[in-house]
Amino acid sequence: MNRVILDVRGLTTKYITRYRENVYAVDGVSLQIEEGKSLGIAGESGCGKSTLALSLMGYYFPPLHYTSGEIIIDGINISKMKPDDVRKSILGREIAYIPQSAMNALNPTQRIINFVEDVVQAHDSSVSKKAIYEKAKELFESLGLPAEVLHKYPVELSGGMKQRTVIAISVLLLPQVLIADEPSSALDVTSQKMVIKMLRNLMEIGYIKAMIFITHELPLLYNVTDDIMVMYAGQIVEKASAHDAVFDPLHPYSKGLMGSIIVPEEGLRSTKLTAIPGVPPNLKNPPSGCRFAERCKYAKPECTVTAIPLREIGNGRAYRCIFPEDELRRMYAKEAAQHA
Amino acid sequence: MLDERKPCLRGRGLTKVFGLGRSKTVAVDHVDFDFKEGEVISIVGESGSGKTTLAKMLLGLINPTEGEIYFQGKRRDISSNRKRKAYWKQIQAIFQDPFASYNIFNKIDSVLLDCINMIGGKRLPHEKKVEMMAEACGFVNLKYEELTNKYPFELSGGQQQRLMLARVFILKPKILVADEPTSMIDACSRATILDMLMQLRSEGGMTPIFITHDIGLAYYVSDTVYIMEKGRFVESGSADDVILKPQEPYTKRLISDVPKIYEEWDLSTV
Repeated sequence: MNRVILDVRGLTTKYITRYRENVYAVDGVSLQIEEGKSLGIAGESGCGKSTLALSLMGYYFPPLHYTSGEIIIDGINISKMKPDDVRKSILGREIAYIPQSAMNALNPTQRIINFVEDVVQAHDSSVSKKAIYEKAKELFESLGLPAEVLHKYPVELSGGMKQRTVIAISVLLLPQVLIADEPSSALDVTSQKMVIKMLRNLMEIGYIKAMIFITHELPLLYNVTDDIMVMYAGQIVEKASAHDAVFDPLHPYSKGLMGSIIVPEEGLRSTKLTAIPGVPPNLKNPPSGCRFAERCKYAKPECTVTAIPLREIGNGRAYRCIFPEDELRRMYAKEAAQHA
Repeated sequence: MLDERKPCLRGRGLTKVFGLGRSKTVAVDHVDFDFKEGEVISIVGESGSGKTTLAKMLLGLINPTEGEIYFQGKRRDISSNRKRKAYWKQIQAIFQDPFASYNIFNKIDSVLLDCINMIGGKRLPHEKKVEMMAEACGFVNLKYEELTNKYPFELSGGQQQRLMLARVFILKPKILVADEPTSMIDACSRATILDMLMQLRSEGGMTPIFITHDIGLAYYVSDTVYIMEKGRFVESGSADDVILKPQEPYTKRLISDVPKIYEEWDLSTV
């Protein structure tokens, strides 16, 4: 087994609303990523994917608050550190985060190189501008970005180029872990492919040691990450290798997600997309039993009684459902037969 | 078989040029098309290929620089306000960003009431109007009782997009231009919205025109696909022909850029 780079145990974070209500958007999430591996997080809007990404940085600001759990990056437990220390020595150095529409974060009045200088000097003010330029140039060129980009203003770059520039800047300080939250969803397919290629490159060259990739596009996750974790209402409902998650999902929610995949391949037109009815539960007071029971077509009365634990079934797979895996597979097979 | 259907929208030499002189940009360059009634059409291209400009011309939001649009066999005439309004009863649109599609000062009720007024239901009794609104909301899986007295921005993106469809349900236009209707919402709501669009088409005899960069979506929904590159249609035909047996290098590239699950996704080509 490889060295574990990111180890998260029972992480719970909450939002406190204006009315002093607690919303547990990340509820008891545990995950491990080994060196050289990438993890994909899937789920629909509002399931807590982006909150998980924010929480993993260990830097909390209202309305987001830390409740319990541990985040250990390469042996350093950052959940016990003071916010200022986290900001100074962890963000960007150990863990880097690319938020959604990161490309809009570039200051339109500054050249890219000025932004790069700011980033580096915020962490270490002793580095000279010349050294920064040399380093940035080397990094950009190794990632297939022309060095002239450094002298341009953000408005002179296309959307895809800006996004790749931001990603390159985020790994400037060689963080161990990169969290990419929907890095390509605002781009068209061609730019998306370039961004994905670049993220893969980062892993191969070794600028980053582990990656978390968040998106709702399952075909994308399948092609980018080694493992996929499906989130629903703040909890992990399924963990599996990318192949198993797409072709052999166990949890009824994951199964539903897989039914909404659109790919331009033969056979798509004859299949009917299946939408999951209903909406996710309100996390202010989540249901006590299975959180998906309300929308699940296989639900039994027992589902809503007690909280369902995440069941480990070996080989790194786990799922959160009261049905045994054989029975789930049997139910899915029966349903597929009915459709055909 | 398709040719037996009535022509719905026809374009001849449609062109749009932005700017003048050296800074001239030809966004749409002499395109010809024949959209038949009841046929599902997709126009696919990258950002900047001119597909949204084309959609705006179809909608009558901008005037073509050159060329003609024929609607139901006749030359389209939207020269006066009244004629334009009459045209807009026949053609409606759903845009990419639901958050930017509503007037933030209007409540959901007035959004729907406007549609009822537009189809000539201004003098109907209030109960009848409520019934119509409830029916439209029910069609898109929204509950009218929960929506009344709310503002559109209080809804999620997927719900707002469904509210747009509720408008379409009331108006029953002949043509619906859907400009990237699902690119801002997640995969799960996408299936719901596409299903509803297809249902509207089969029930109301509507002709949907999808404008998208997602070739997978185009393949799933459409009968006829037009591939657009730099303002021109480079390839067109039935969805199976264009997507499974593409001829043009541009189409091949677009298809290879979409992540797939049954075939290897080749990353070396960018």
